[in-house]
Amino acid sequence: MNSLFEYLLRLGDDSLIIGHRLSEWCGHGPILEEDIALSNIALDFIGQSISIYEYASEIEDKGRTADDLAFLRFDREYKNLILLEQPNGDFGMTMMRQFLFDSYRKLLFESLINSCDDRISAISIKSLKETKYHLKHSSEWVIRLGDGTDESNKRIQDSLDTLWRYTAELFYEDDIDIELKSSKIIPPMKELKEAWYNNVKEIFSRATLTIPNNNWEYGEGRRGVHSEHLGYILAELQYMQRAYPGMEW
Amino acid sequence: MVIEKDIWNYLKEVFDPEIPVLSIVDLGIVQKVSVTPESINISIIPTYTACPAMKRIEDDIIEYLKKKCNLDVKVELAYKPAWTTDFITDEGKQKLKDYGIAPPEEELEKTNLFQELVKVRCPKCNSKFTKLVSQFGSTACKAHYKCEKCLEPFDYFKCLK
Repeated sequence: MNSLFEYLLRLGDDSLIIGHRLSEWCGHGPILEEDIALSNIALDFIGQSISIYEYASEIEDKGRTADDLAFLRFDREYKNLILLEQPNGDFGMTMMRQFLFDSYRKLLFESLINSCDDRISAISIKSLKETKYHLKHSSEWVIRLGDGTDESNKRIQDSLDTLWRYTAELFYEDDIDIELKSSKIIPPMKELKEAWYNNVKEIFSRATLTIPNNNWEYGEGRRGVHSEHLGYILAELQYMQRAYPGMEW
Repeated sequence: MVIEKDIWNYLKEVFDPEIPVLSIVDLGIVQKVSVTPESINISIIPTYTACPAMKRIEDDIIEYLKKKCNLDVKVELAYKPAWTTDFITDEGKQKLKDYGIAPPEEELEKTNLFQELVKVRCPKCNSKFTKLVSQFGSTACKAHYKCEKCLEPFDYFKCLK
């Protein structure tokens, strides 16, 4: 197995799946400005996934294109975080999921800029610029809803309680991470974990939210073991290519 | 025989499909131009990773240069350098303003929550009495503002760095 290819799938699948989830809000946003914001952010993620899959396709070098990687793999071959495939829920749930991910993603891209892999570094420089906007947006909503009315506080606290268990997976390291870390392609994830935790703790304190006190962890997305939700996402995402193979826009 | 300088001049006549007053040279996305007796090679960089206009721009470059030079034209999408709004030329910024889009300005760090990162001037009446409506506007590169003086809603080409 090619470790770099495998790692690129993780990065690309994270972008594609969260991008798809956010795109489900298109036409359903609570207000017009948020509808447009969520669609904009979804588009940024789909764009990131394209540039990552294109590189993955070159590394794999088996004739599979970026589109093939996005549309023609089975669920067990997707390596995204379980957090990202969780349903949108209400607006607060979507914002909480986004905040937990954006705060991780910003730190990750900041580190990957120094990757000794030129292409990963270039993709990260580009994507980080967009991620900073995403993080500002999701941080503000978490604070606004948490420190808002009793109802908004209760609902976003419920979202945090539901999603927190999926965050341990953000920082898991397996053989692939260890190998790429030793060749200085990726940073040590454990070091990012502390910075991430401090950041989310600060925002939650401004939002008057409490981090749930449970250590139950869940997440094998990096091995392709998913929650029941991914299959439904793929059914919609892949429909066109499965029904009309090779179809182009 | 065409030379690189001619090509650069031709590229000033290829426009951004979403902001048709701005040429791709004004926008600063053309990175390299090289000419051989048989072909022209152009390298462009995307503004945003998912900018849907990139494919259209690529096709427009090929169509226009073929018509002008009758040579084989290749357009490559480059990854480096990462485009920032500093790449927009001063002439481009003026054209944006004349078109009704406030050009990008220096902004505060995005870690400043609940703060307007920049005071944008209204492109119509030049007032600084403007208000951010949404950080995310009609396209990935724009934010949505409103002028509190002349009441005109307008787009701001947001600062990307």
